[in-house]
Amino acid sequence: MNPATDRLIDTRGYIFLAVLSAAAVLVPILTLVIPDESAFAMPPYLVALFGKYLCFALLAVALDLVWGYCGILSLGHGAFFALGGYAMGMYLMRQIGTRGVYAHPVLPDFMVFLNWKELPVAWWGFQSFPYAMAMVLLIPGLLAFIFGWLAFRSRVTGVYLSIITQAMTYALMLAFFRNDMGFGGNNGLTDFKDLLGFNVQATETRVALFVASCIALGGGYLVARAVVTSKFGKVVIAIRDAESRTRFLGYRVETYKLAVFVLSAMMAGLAGALYVPQVGIINPGEFSPANSIEAVIWVAVGGRGTLVGAALGAFMVNWGKTFFTGALPEYWLFALGGLFVLVTLFMPKGVIGLIDQYKVRRASKKPTAEG
Amino acid sequence: MTRYAQGRAPARVQAISLQSQARNRFIETFSLLLAAAFVLMAALLIAPKARAQSPTDVLTYLTTDRFPDTERALNEIGTSGLATAPQIVEALAANRLLFDAAARKLYFADESGALFDAATGAPAAGISPDDLKRVRLNNAVRRSLNAARGALTLMSPDPARRRAAAEAVFKSRDASALPLVESALEKESTPAIRKKLEEARAAIIAADASAPEARRLESLETLKERGDQDALGTLATIAAASEGRVKTSAEAGVAAIQSRLAMWRNVQNVWYGLSLGSVLLLAAIGLAITFGVMGVINMAHGEMVMLGAYTTFVVQEWARTNHPELMNYSLFIAIPLAFLVTGAVGIFIERVVIRFLYGRPLETLLATFGISLILQQAVRTIFGANNREVSAPAFMSGSFDFGALSIGYGRMWIIVFAMAVFAALLFVLRATSFGLRMRAVTQNRRMASSMGIDTNRIDALAFGLGSGIAGMAGVALSQIDNVSPNLGQSYIIDSFMVVVFGGVGNLWGTLLGALTLGVANKFLEPVAGAVLGKILLLVFIILFIQKRPRGLFALKGRAVEA
Repeated sequence: MNPATDRLIDTRGYIFLAVLSAAAVLVPILTLVIPDESAFAMPPYLVALFGKYLCFALLAVALDLVWGYCGILSLGHGAFFALGGYAMGMYLMRQIGTRGVYAHPVLPDFMVFLNWKELPVAWWGFQSFPYAMAMVLLIPGLLAFIFGWLAFRSRVTGVYLSIITQAMTYALMLAFFRNDMGFGGNNGLTDFKDLLGFNVQATETRVALFVASCIALGGGYLVARAVVTSKFGKVVIAIRDAESRTRFLGYRVETYKLAVFVLSAMMAGLAGALYVPQVGIINPGEFSPANSIEAVIWVAVGGRGTLVGAALGAFMVNWGKTFFTGALPEYWLFALGGLFVLVTLFMPKGVIGLIDQYKVRRASKKPTAEG
Repeated sequence: MTRYAQGRAPARVQAISLQSQARNRFIETFSLLLAAAFVLMAALLIAPKARAQSPTDVLTYLTTDRFPDTERALNEIGTSGLATAPQIVEALAANRLLFDAAARKLYFADESGALFDAATGAPAAGISPDDLKRVRLNNAVRRSLNAARGALTLMSPDPARRRAAAEAVFKSRDASALPLVESALEKESTPAIRKKLEEARAAIIAADASAPEARRLESLETLKERGDQDALGTLATIAAASEGRVKTSAEAGVAAIQSRLAMWRNVQNVWYGLSLGSVLLLAAIGLAITFGVMGVINMAHGEMVMLGAYTTFVVQEWARTNHPELMNYSLFIAIPLAFLVTGAVGIFIERVVIRFLYGRPLETLLATFGISLILQQAVRTIFGANNREVSAPAFMSGSFDFGALSIGYGRMWIIVFAMAVFAALLFVLRATSFGLRMRAVTQNRRMASSMGIDTNRIDALAFGLGSGIAGMAGVALSQIDNVSPNLGQSYIIDSFMVVVFGGVGNLWGTLLGALTLGVANKFLEPVAGAVLGKILLLVFIILFIQKRPRGLFALKGRAVEA
């Protein structure tokens, strides 16, 4: 593999972090400082759009951590993303207060509409931002812990694991569609007003959220990188390549898998929490199995097991989606489907793999170049 | 997503009829009793009412323009013997009954507006509708009107209408209809309709507080024997309204019917569960083959089902325009055609994509998911995003009664079809050389290859077989579900659950898994609700996989770790 894999930040990582930092600095300037008339001014909707991509990229990095490094193909990571999103959405709902349609001081509109009298226990404490943020990490983490503990302990692997992760997110989707669940049913949570006292619609808040997403993605990347370059990470990679052999060497495979899975789920939850205020809605559709599979293709397109590639793939595929659904809505599913087939057939290492191949080929042409 | 459970025509437990010898004996004695009691009955029920002296009196009542008179006329028109009674009642219902207040003459108009004399039914010439007044209706009159319509149809020459009328009398328990029921009973020769009439009579007598207690008790027995939801309602009303022995008997009847209905509900749950299970079996069995033989997770399997359903649609469209006489047999054309079409698509996919991905199951999963997106969009582009109409042939519509259960022919044939496909597949796997080769490849690919089996060819054919079966499943599903580009998606996760639950590479496991999940789903539904029931099942399967990671019937031996 790449000789630099043992360093916390390799060359590729430096480039990635530099681009992220540049975005975190430039976007606020382009949006807030440069006057609107200027050709360089960035419209607020683009800020929200790129902010959304950053959240997807963080989800992709989380997925790459389990799939690329531990060999667990989770088709249910969208569930963790959505749960984080719901935790954030619940905080935002509680901030609406009396500004809702029914102006109830405590209950969100949909509960008043359903004629509920009291706040369900699940909603307690969500008026507090620190509590909500803790839940953003804890709820997906807890679900991943329970699910992973059950699955890894009984050695459910490969496609079986993929299918039951898919069943998990599907079951959650059905559950959240129910009004009785108390999370807004079909419509989900929306009509948000404030985040920490700032209007979520305001350009300044959007820019702040964008910067926060940059920091979260950079931080998530560094955490994932720290994990995979550590001794712990070596065992994780060993599990990916030869699970039984690692077990026979005396490592507790299920513990390692569980730790990586839970960490990844928490990152996905954080991504969801940043995603919700930027798009302004969270609904059960986020749990749909198709969303989770789409996240997998981001990782595959960028190159699994590279982290940077996952983020890159998320950007590319989602940019393509924005472009296609705007210009040729009929063809988006053809393009996405084709992408699934072509990437798995011809680009098993994704875009990053192509770049590496190109480098190797150039190096072999000029033998003196890299020594 | 949970739509497959409900058919296009939601079946409902309908009226049931129990035929037994004991019952027939009862009828005979009852008839004798009846004859004896008839005079008494007439005294009790008929005499107190001012009967119309002659048919023309009924007509006169209708010309007074007073609601009580109209009501009275309607109550008596059924027994008046008036030949034009049906036309009069129908005309009144349609607001076409007119009268001349001065001459006290009644006319009815037909749909074209032509006038007829109500007394004779002869065309009434020279009378302008403008000179006549309309017989008015209010809610009380309308009630009598409906009873009169019901009563008149008791004599209708059409058995279906007589039956419906007897049923209507049963539900209304209108005491004034009793004489009509009696006279209809005398003429009725069809046993099933006789039974309905007797039940109607029993309902009237049992509900009548002035009838003798012995007769009421007898009638209650008749109602109890009928034993369906309507009888339950009637008995409950009677129990609430009466006292003494009638009340106790009615209450006992209510309890008996309730336990009987509870039993039938369970039978119904099993039946619906089998129906759902056979649908799951059809959708999952092809998957079991591709997964079992090649270890390939085919996410595009649901789309094969969808292609099969669209094949049915195309065949029907072709038949509709070119050979209408084939419409009833279109499914028999569609089944083999769907098998060929989806089988060919399957082989194409295997040759072009999947064979490059053997040994990489996760990548296969992604690639086939991509194929499923392409197929969905392709169908959406060609046929449009809306649901397509696929009609049911005559032999699949309608239903028959089995005890308290109404069994739809559509569901029944789908169960039969699923079992036939299962048996055929079992035959192919067990008794043909292709099946032998396929099983050899499943058990040990390399050894099979060493023995000269062309594993590539077997892979392609197995994939084609699995896809073709999915296509045939699509033909069946087109009968009970909406044919839309999303059809396949609603089945794919369920199919996976069935295969994973039943165990890979074992057809019997798939059969048992499908039927178990189907029946469990239907028993959970009334308790937990459709959605929660499904969630519970998913959670159950997720937990089940922990206990038995390779399903109910796991393959044993070296193949497991392959």
